[in-house]
Amino acid sequence: MAVPLSYYLILSGFVFLTGVVGVLIRRNIIVILLSVELMLNATNINFVAFSEYFHNVAGQVFVFFALTVAAAEVAVGLAIIIALHRSNSSIYVDDLNLLKR
Amino acid sequence: MDHIFFFYFAAVIAGTSILVVALRNPVYSALSLLIMFFHVAGLYVTLHAEFLAAVQIVVYAGAILVLYLFVVMLLSIKSEERYHNQLPVAGLLGVVLCTEVILLLIQSQTGAAAPAASNPVAGPGNTEMIGEALYSTYLFPFEVASLILLVAMIGAIILAKKDINEPVQ
Repeated sequence: MAVPLSYYLILSGFVFLTGVVGVLIRRNIIVILLSVELMLNATNINFVAFSEYFHNVAGQVFVFFALTVAAAEVAVGLAIIIALHRSNSSIYVDDLNLLKR
Repeated sequence: MDHIFFFYFAAVIAGTSILVVALRNPVYSALSLLIMFFHVAGLYVTLHAEFLAAVQIVVYAGAILVLYLFVVMLLSIKSEERYHNQLPVAGLLGVVLCTEVILLLIQSQTGAAAPAASNPVAGPGNTEMIGEALYSTYLFPFEVASLILLVAMIGAIILAKKDINEPVQ
């Protein structure tokens, strides 16, 4: 209980920001999905920290649901990547400009 | 003491999250994300969320990361990266881990049984509290989550499978 809540918020904000930067600057779709995982983990840290400091177990239940959504997102996202790689033979977002041509 | 643990976990989480974004090889990114997941689990333990720490390791590090590595190796991005020159390091690490496991097995058979948890009955624990909240207050979201997983499973299969007409032509 000694660590203030703001430390956890700063940590999760930093991780979330790193995830946002990763989504924006990387061109490999797999690394973009990994950055989305970073952001989900940042929100999970927030949930658990608030759940501990307010003595309410609901935050941990929500982390459980966020984990379910993360698993679903990974399954569908990786399936989309495989389909993209099969049709386009590239997983770099710069090459995916079909609507622009 | 809490501060030491927090700053250790926070430093590793911050550093590995930067590495996930900065490293050029997607395999290295996934592996640094694995290290980050383990340290997030440690952070959960310091926050008295032991069940979530276990779930974090089992689901995130065990299932999701393995799925990522499967896809990275299936698509064989960066084909100029060969890993054969790491065979000595991998062999050394494997031998060390194997001897560790064998030593632990021998010790657990010969040595006395490890002292069990000091307080077997000490009121509702973390897992019990989460279970009660999950199956009473959040029963409907729980069912919706199962539906999400079902839809994701069907969607992943449909998206990733080859077209039925494709091998014919």
